[in-house]
Amino acid sequence: MVTPAIELKNLTKTFGNVIANKDVSLVVNRGEILSILGENGSGKTTLMNMISGIYFPDHGQIFIDGKEVVIRSPKDAFDYSIGMIHQHFKLVDVFTAAENIVLGLNEKGRYDIKKSTKKIKEICDLYGFELNLEKKIYEMSVSEKQTVEIIKVLYRGADILILDEPTAVLTPQETQKLFAILRRMRDDGKAIIIITHKLHEVLSLSDRVSVLRKGEYIGTVVTKEADESVLTEMMVGKKVELNIGRSEPENPELRLEVKKLTCFNREGVPVLNDVTFDVSSGEILGIAGIAGSGQRELLESIAGLQKVNEGEIIYHNPKTGKTDNLRDKTPMKIRDLGVRLSFVPEDRLGMGLVGNMDIVDNMMLRSYRKGKSVFLQRKQPKELADKIIADLEVVTPGAETPVRRLSGGNVQKVLVGREIASSPTVFMAAYPVRGLDINSSYLIYNLLNEQKQKGVAVIFVGEDLDVLLELCDRILVVNSGKITGIVDARTATKEEIGLLMTKNDNGGETIE
Amino acid sequence: MSKLTKSANEPLFHIVKRDALPAWLAWAIRIGSIVAALIVCALVTVVLTGENPIEVYATMIDGAIGSNRRIWGLFQNVAMLLCISLAVTPAFKMRFWNIGAEGQALIGGLATAACMILFGDKLPQPVLLIVMFATSIIAGAIWGFIPAFFKAKWNTNETLFTLMMNYIAIQLVSFFTYKYSVPKGSGQLGVINRATEAGWLPQLGGHNYLLNIVIVLGVTVFMYVYLKYSKHGYEISVVGESENTARYIGINVKKVIMRTMLLSGAICGLTGLLLVSGTDHTLTRDTIEGRGFTAIMVSWLGKFNPVHMILTSFLLVFLQKGAIEISTDFGLNNSFSDIITGIIIFFIIGSEFFINYTVKFRESKKGVNA
Repeated sequence: MVTPAIELKNLTKTFGNVIANKDVSLVVNRGEILSILGENGSGKTTLMNMISGIYFPDHGQIFIDGKEVVIRSPKDAFDYSIGMIHQHFKLVDVFTAAENIVLGLNEKGRYDIKKSTKKIKEICDLYGFELNLEKKIYEMSVSEKQTVEIIKVLYRGADILILDEPTAVLTPQETQKLFAILRRMRDDGKAIIIITHKLHEVLSLSDRVSVLRKGEYIGTVVTKEADESVLTEMMVGKKVELNIGRSEPENPELRLEVKKLTCFNREGVPVLNDVTFDVSSGEILGIAGIAGSGQRELLESIAGLQKVNEGEIIYHNPKTGKTDNLRDKTPMKIRDLGVRLSFVPEDRLGMGLVGNMDIVDNMMLRSYRKGKSVFLQRKQPKELADKIIADLEVVTPGAETPVRRLSGGNVQKVLVGREIASSPTVFMAAYPVRGLDINSSYLIYNLLNEQKQKGVAVIFVGEDLDVLLELCDRILVVNSGKITGIVDARTATKEEIGLLMTKNDNGGETIE
Repeated sequence: MSKLTKSANEPLFHIVKRDALPAWLAWAIRIGSIVAALIVCALVTVVLTGENPIEVYATMIDGAIGSNRRIWGLFQNVAMLLCISLAVTPAFKMRFWNIGAEGQALIGGLATAACMILFGDKLPQPVLLIVMFATSIIAGAIWGFIPAFFKAKWNTNETLFTLMMNYIAIQLVSFFTYKYSVPKGSGQLGVINRATEAGWLPQLGGHNYLLNIVIVLGVTVFMYVYLKYSKHGYEISVVGESENTARYIGINVKKVIMRTMLLSGAICGLTGLLLVSGTDHTLTRDTIEGRGFTAIMVSWLGKFNPVHMILTSFLLVFLQKGAIEISTDFGLNNSFSDIITGIIIFFIIGSEFFINYTVKFRESKKGVNA
C-alpha cells in the first residue's frame, strides 16, 4: 500500500458554538487530484486553512508521508511542502511577477533576481505556464495573478498544493489552461487538492471526490464511478422536515417586475446577466444559489444601490395603480416615488445598522428626515425601539445600548423590526438567519410569513435549501449571475435545486 | 493516540477587547495614568537635572496660573485651541482626515488682516467688523471646501490635500506680509492700525480676551447641539461610522462631505479672526502656532464631544504653559519641557488602551504540551 502524501484523521474545529468541521478524515496520494465538494458553509475552506497553518485544529491529527505533524503557522506548512493558493490573491501590486515570487524567501547569498528568474523560468517550462516574469502585478489579468500565486508556492518547493475555488474568477478558456497545468503537475507526482462547487469541473478534473456537508465528512467517491446526481445528493443530503408554516398566497397581484437586468462589475465581467422575473404581493420568492452568484447585486439593484447597465425594474404601485421604473434611481428618489421598499442586507452591522449607535439612533436611520425641523426627533424612534424590544424579545440592557454589543440574533431582530415597521410593500432579506440560533431563526420565518399574509411581496435570499423549500412559494435559482430556473417550492426537490445551482450553462461547452 | 491541546499554541498573554467600563472606572484609569505620568516625570527630572521634582511641579502650576495675567493668558490660549479643535471635530467625526486646520485658520487670519489694512480708515468700526467676520469665515470655508470637493468628485486623498493647502496658505501669508510690510521691505506687518485700533475686537468688561472666550463658548454650545441634536450631525455620524450604511439609507455622502468641510473650514477661519483681530493685532506665518495640529489630539482625546474637549484643551495648554515656565525658571532648555509634556501625553493616550482592552495571561498550565 502506498503511503499517502497527506492524511487527516478526525479533524475538528469549532468557532464558539459553531462547528465548522467535525471529525473530518481524508487521504490524498501523490499523483492524484482530489476535489473537495460542498455547499457554502460546509467547512471546505476551514479544513484547508487547518492544513495550511492558518487555523489550529481543536482535535485530530495530520500525517504527512505517514508521519504525524503539528502545523502551527503557514511557515510550518511550507516546511512540510504544503502550498495554498487562496481565493484572494496576496501580491504586491507594484512589484513584478518574479519579485513577488521570491518575496519573503530568505535565500542564501545575495539577492539576485536574475538567478531567481532563471529558476522560475525552469518551473514555468516544466509545467507549461505562460507568464511574463517582468510584468508588474497591477498590469495583470486575474488569471495571470493566479498563475503568479501558483508559481510562488511551486518555487517554494510545495508538492502538496491546495487551490481554493481557483476557477471562480476565470473564464472557461482560462479554466481549461489551468486544468491542463494541474494535470501536468499531477503526472509529475504532486498531490493536489482543489476546493470547488462546480460539478462539471469536479467530474472532468479530479481522480477522487470528497464531499463535506455542514462541517461533516460525508464520503469519498472515485470520480469515474460518480455522476452529477450522485454528487448532488451527497452534497445537499436528504430532505429535513423543519415544520415552518406556509400559507397559500391570497389575492396575488403583480408588484415588481425585473426585466433583462444586466450589471457589470469593475472588471467588466457581468455579475447579473439578463435576469428576468417578477414578484407578486402575498408571496415569498426564494432565491437560491452558490454564494456570489449575483444575489447581492440583484437585491442592491432593486434597492437603488447598484449601477444597472441594462434592463428595467418596474414597480406596480398598489395605491395609485401606476408603474414606475426604479432603474438608475437613488434610494431617496425611490422613496419619493412612494415605493415602500424594505431591505435587510447581508451585512447587518456594516450596512443595515451602525454598530456604534444605540438602538434608538438606529431606528432613526430610516425616519430621521421626517419633518422640516433641522433638529432630530427622538421621541418616536424611542417608542419604536421599545416596541421592537418588547415584541421581538430583544435581549438588551436597554434602548440606549450600542447595537454592536448585542448578540447576532438580537442585532438581526432590531434590523428586521425596523424594516418591517415602515409597513413595506416589497420586503427583501438577504441571508436573514445566517448565524442565528434555532429560536431566532423561527422568529424571523414567522415575521416573513406575517408580511406575506399582509400582502407584502417578499424576496428571501437563503442558503439552506430545506428552509427555502418549506418557507417560499417559488424559488428562483441563480448561477453565475444567470437565472437557471424558477421552480414551485411546493413540488421541487432538493436535488433539482442543487443541480440548477451547480450546473454548467456555458452553452453546452465541455472542459476536457 | 496523542491529542493536540490548545495550550501548545497559546502565547504567554494576549490582549482582549473589554466590554464597556462604568464611567467612574474609566475616569479612575485616566486620573491614575496622570498620576503615573507625574511620577515618571519626577524620576526623569531627578535623573536628568538633579532638581527637586516637587519644586518643579510647583513651578509648573505657578507658570500656568501663578498670576492674574497668567490665568487670563491660560484661558485665552485654551479658548483658541478649543475653537480650532471644535472646527476639526465634525470632519474627524465623519472620518475625513482634515489636517489642514492650520492653513484654514491662517487664511482666515489673512482675510482679517487684509480687511483691517485695506478698509481700516474707510469703513466705520461696526461695518468693518461685520466685513471682517464675513470674509474670514468665507476664506476658511473655501480653504476647507477645496479638498472636500476633490475628495467627493475624484476621491483624492484628503490627508495629503489638506496638508498641501497649509503650505499654500503659509506662502500666501509670506507674500502679503512682505507686500504690506511696515516699514516697507521688513517683511513684517507690525501692529495693524495701532493708532486707530480699527478692526480690533472690542474689549468686554475691560478684559482683553473676554470677548474671545465668550465667542468660543458660543461655538462650543453650537457644536455640541449641532453634532448631537441636528439632522446634519446625525448624517455626519452615519457617514463616519459606515459609508455603506449611509448609501443604504440614501444619504448623499458627497454632499455631506462638502457641507461638513465648509463648516469645518468656516470655524477655522473664525479662529484666524480671533487670533488676528482679537489677540495679536498682527499676522505672521506662525500666528496659528501649530494649534491646527494640536487640535487633532484635543478632538480625538475628547472623543469628539465638545464638552470633553474643554477639558482636554485645558489640560494640554496647562501642561504647555507649565513646561515653558520650568525651562525658563530652572535654566533648562526648551527640550526639557517638551520631554515632560511628551511623557504626560503618552500616558494619557496610553490610558485609553487600558480602558478599551485588557491583558489576559495564560491560565496556569493545564497539561503537558503535545
